Amino acid sequence: MARYVPPTQSKFGQVIDVIVLLAMTIGALYIPLWFGLAGSAHVANVAENPTWESLGQNEVMVEKWTQLGYADPAAAAELITGRFDYSFSIGSLLVMIVVIVGYYAIMLRFSEKEYRDVIAEKFNGE
Amino acid sequence: MTDFDITSREIDGMAPHGTKVGLLRVLGPAHVWALGVGIVLVGEYMGWNFAVGKGGAYAALIACWFAGLLYSCVAMIDSEVTSTVAAAGGQYTQAKHIVGPLMAFNVGLYLVFAYTMLEAANAITVGFLIDTVAVMSGHEGLDQRPFIVLAIMFLAWLNYRGVLATLTFSLVITAIAFSAIIILFLATSPVFGSNVLQHKALMTDLPYGWLGILAAMHFGLWYYLGIEGTTQAAEEVRSPARSLPFGTLAGIMTLLIAATLTWYVCVGLMPWEYLGQSGVPLFDAARMSGSTGLMVLLGIGTLFATLASANGCINDASRAWFAMGRDQYLPSWFGAVHPTYRTPYRSIIFLVPIALIFALGAPLDQVITFSILSGLLEYTFMPINVIMFRKKWPLDAIKRGYEHPFHPIPAIVLLCLCSVAYFAVFLGYGTQLVAMIAFYIIVSLWFHFWRYRFVRRAAQFTMPWPRPNGY
Repeated sequence: MARYVPPTQSKFGQVIDVIVLLAMTIGALYIPLWFGLAGSAHVANVAENPTWESLGQNEVMVEKWTQLGYADPAAAAELITGRFDYSFSIGSLLVMIVVIVGYYAIMLRFSEKEYRDVIAEKFNGE
Repeated sequence: MTDFDITSREIDGMAPHGTKVGLLRVLGPAHVWALGVGIVLVGEYMGWNFAVGKGGAYAALIACWFAGLLYSCVAMIDSEVTSTVAAAGGQYTQAKHIVGPLMAFNVGLYLVFAYTMLEAANAITVGFLIDTVAVMSGHEGLDQRPFIVLAIMFLAWLNYRGVLATLTFSLVITAIAFSAIIILFLATSPVFGSNVLQHKALMTDLPYGWLGILAAMHFGLWYYLGIEGTTQAAEEVRSPARSLPFGTLAGIMTLLIAATLTWYVCVGLMPWEYLGQSGVPLFDAARMSGSTGLMVLLGIGTLFATLASANGCINDASRAWFAMGRDQYLPSWFGAVHPTYRTPYRSIIFLVPIALIFALGAPLDQVITFSILSGLLEYTFMPINVIMFRKKWPLDAIKRGYEHPFHPIPAIVLLCLCSVAYFAVFLGYGTQLVAMIAFYIIVSLWFHFWRYRFVRRAAQFTMPWPRPNGY
């Protein structure tokens, strides 16, 4: 197999590649943040004038909350009643499965194609 | 060039790579242990407790053990492959030799992002801890940002100056941080006469039911995330075939002990609702013990654990970035080694502003999730990698420094537990998961259709192995 000779990349081209990679990297975290899509679905259900009893806290728990600086049940109510919303649709679960499996399928397929070229050049050249 | 060929059936040694000035081979097994445990131990000091928030105290314990099983598989698989593919870049270099270039590019990015995000999370925790101490001493409204910047800059400088000094520093502070956990357990344990732990009164049932146990696996990974980073030292240890398996397996055993002790002490001292959202749970546990000495010790332990972790993260992320630059997967400028300090100095410097951007501008749980997801994608690659490795080069084809037992059971178990972890992330952080994978798909297309043209095909296969079976 003929040996592949890669083009020489200019310094400007190298800089552009780094900028593109950086933009994609930072975008991967910040785009979901900007659009409010990132983060957990966490909701608190605080009743009016909560008491330690209504929050389901026993004596030891109350003592611990006080030690932690939450002397007033109202101050701790949001932490105590906060819960994740784990409701989901089968549709969104299927989307996630398809995205993950599809991603690995693309990876392995393209990698295999590239790998065969590497092996052919490496071992046919010796 | 290196002196020996690790794949030789007669002698142990290191894999060759044709750089004119190579990385310095000065590390021993204790440094490998320090690198692995140093990165991870911060997970016991902060982050694991979000698993309590996602499923309750019992769910976090079950997640701790299942994640421990997942990482035991990772450590065994990693030990075999890394002891054979002993070069900087770790799993990236493995992927390049075993699966293919595109997978390798992705794995390289998983490593860089997992470690850089973890570094950012550590820096955030340093700032938070200093703020907490300031508030406790009556100084409200402290600006955390200078401490975040200082921590990252100092550790980057240390890494720039040489690997032996930086990992010896990690070894010392990791040992102190680990000892602090043991001392906290001993001081609060009823076995030694203390009665501060109140498990009976504080433990509640599963607030989310069995679904919460699955969900807790998300942050359960945080107990151990980063132990696979020992592989990044492969080109800088004196004897990778012995040191890497020893350091990695000793590291995972250390962490299994530390994780269980941490859970036990913390859930016995705090209501789960608080623990599930605490920024520095072990420090809080020490506060709740009523001992000023323990509080100071765990405060120092938290600081040391975060610094050791950030230190190891800079080391590992820069090695992965450096290895990709050396192979032209990234601009070759990054593949340079410092002529005096023998470190990948350009990669070290380049990753500093990225860590700062995330440390100063993103919420902690998002940064942690970003790190966990990159790690999770990497763990999903590992079973594929080891199955292909055994298929392409069976045990009698090349010498391994370590052969993991019961193949392919660890690979199958790892794949199953990764599936559970994906579902756990999906519960509560689904959009982040899809956004992350969308990023990897886009960047993969960029690599395959643009960047790969600059890579020499055969030259990237640097191991002196026979032709793989089936090719």
